[in-house]
Amino acid sequence: MSITEVEFEAHGAEEAQLAAGPVEGRSQWQLTWRRLRRDWVSMIALTVIVIMIVLAIAAPAIAALTGHAVDTAYPVTGENEVGNPVGPGVNGFLLGTDSTGRDLLVRIFYGARISLFVGIVTTAIASVLGVSIGLIAGYFGGIVDAILARFTDAVLAFPYVVLALAIAVVFGPSLTIIMVLITFFSWAGIARIVRGQTLSIKEKEYIEAARSLGAGPFRIMFVDILPNLIAPVLVVATLYIPNAVVFESTLSYLGLGIQPPTPSWGNMLADAQNFYQVAWWYLVFPAAALLITTLAFNLLGDGIRDALDPRTERLVAARRMRKAQRQRRKAKRGSAGSAGSAAPGAGSLAAGAGQ
Amino acid sequence: MAIVGYLIRRLLTGLIVVWLVATAAFFLFFARPVITVAHQLAGRAATPQVINEVIANLGLNQPIMTQYWHFLNNLIHGNLGYSYFSGESVDTMLKQDLPPTISLVIGATLLWLIVGLGVGVISATRARSLFDRVSTFGVLVGLSMPAFVIGELLIGFVFQPLYSHGFHFFNTGYSGITSGVGPFFGHMILPWITLATIQAAVYTRLSRGQLLETLGEDYIRTARAKGLSERRVVFRHAVRAALTPVVSQLGVDLGQLLGGVVVVEAVFGLGGIGQVSVEAVDQDNLPVIIGFVIIAALFVVLANIVVDLVYAALDPRVRIT
Repeated sequence: MSITEVEFEAHGAEEAQLAAGPVEGRSQWQLTWRRLRRDWVSMIALTVIVIMIVLAIAAPAIAALTGHAVDTAYPVTGENEVGNPVGPGVNGFLLGTDSTGRDLLVRIFYGARISLFVGIVTTAIASVLGVSIGLIAGYFGGIVDAILARFTDAVLAFPYVVLALAIAVVFGPSLTIIMVLITFFSWAGIARIVRGQTLSIKEKEYIEAARSLGAGPFRIMFVDILPNLIAPVLVVATLYIPNAVVFESTLSYLGLGIQPPTPSWGNMLADAQNFYQVAWWYLVFPAAALLITTLAFNLLGDGIRDALDPRTERLVAARRMRKAQRQRRKAKRGSAGSAGSAAPGAGSLAAGAGQ
Repeated sequence: MAIVGYLIRRLLTGLIVVWLVATAAFFLFFARPVITVAHQLAGRAATPQVINEVIANLGLNQPIMTQYWHFLNNLIHGNLGYSYFSGESVDTMLKQDLPPTISLVIGATLLWLIVGLGVGVISATRARSLFDRVSTFGVLVGLSMPAFVIGELLIGFVFQPLYSHGFHFFNTGYSGITSGVGPFFGHMILPWITLATIQAAVYTRLSRGQLLETLGEDYIRTARAKGLSERRVVFRHAVRAALTPVVSQLGVDLGQLLGGVVVVEAVFGLGGIGQVSVEAVDQDNLPVIIGFVIIAALFVVLANIVVDLVYAALDPRVRIT
């Protein structure tokens, strides 16, 4: 394809746009959302997360529908002759039962409540903490920064499971303790990113302008710098939620987190370990629930990062251009230069520019 | 010799860190009332007399500073105290359980670095190929899976079916290398895979990203323009520069590795220091756990010094001072 052809098509695209009316200015968030919506992987991940949250909230309703309470054992219907769990679909247990004849489906959704609650709440608190500490360290610099940065590094390098062991012995395992632990080990990564960004943003001219207008340090930090940090923090926070979910399940698995009979994916899997020879479903379904949830958050986080990155836009555009080229070549080969052959290429390019 | 001075200074700051951790750990003893500890040891029906005796035996009735001094003095002489239950020295307990832990850490680290960096480099040199896409998705799955889930799935769907069909190579538990190389590998391969998978995912992603960025640099174009072979460009010029951030990440991750060790040992029943510590939690055996915390801190400090030395060796811009 020659250069004039490209110019011609680009021109065509412009005209198509003019015909559609004037282009409205779009904010960064509108652009991001548009890019994210085009990414089907992220949209599936988002849908999965929304469904998971709805199911977790509706767990009591699901329990009522199945007629099985969460902590009640059903020794008659839920266990076979030798007292082992019954499989999926047997006696109205859609996903089978666990070691004491409780409904696995109901327990998995109750487990989702714990996991999502811990994941989202700890990440929210850790984000606030991490942003504040990172802003203060990055903005003030000097000795404040030296102390906070050292502390951040120490937290990042500390083996958290090891500390969790000690804390669990001293205070006894509980939901509060594990949430405090997870928060304590989550803020540092966010603080490090925020600090780095703050260091570069604070040298910008508009910050100097704000200072010369008499803005105080806290006004500059939270009104002028903070809005520029929301995008990276949003990405990191989305990626920290699955981390927190994994952390909670690991602690519960080791017996340091949520204590039975309260269901958590971690303590269910710990119990399932003793039954994998007779009840594969007991191992597979909680593991699948855990994996689907964490994977969805990770995919969404990656998707948001790509959507926020203007470089991705160019990659997508380049890919589209190549695709259009291929189509055109195919069309040319097929109908040997007939008049309609350029239309699909030009059409898709125009659509690309219009979006 | 700059390097000797550097090492001495690093070791000194490292000692301060270990001392801080040890002190923090020591004061954990006092976060719990002494009486609860004694109650647990003496049994439910103990008379106050017996309880007092237990407290005196453990030295818990002395003033805090005396106990602290005693604790530090013991620590300097390499004595981590005694188990509340068996009265066994924590040193011997942890020393006995060190071989499985060391085998696990070394094997898994090798596996994770080879797989993680290897896949990362291949993905970056063939960006957007099928291999790259598959490995990117694999990385996300690896990042999303807790170590214990991988371990349990391996036990449930690899070890168990093979074992019940008479294939006894893979096994749980620990078998020392002295009792045969074959059984040693049979016992260790699944734990290695489990521990390495999680970390390999992180390193694949990191090395891929770094290498992609490096390959876009001007000096790489220069190297290509000189007519160097692609292999030489990638391995001599790009990989070396791309690896330095990966090495500094290693320093951070070695601490997290210990957490993974605890989990993997518990899943496979390897009986290393991690598993002993988890068991100590069930018994409220604080001295064992504090011993583990101190050993962990020591390991992280030493590993970070090694990582920084490697970092300096890889990146000539970094000077050891």
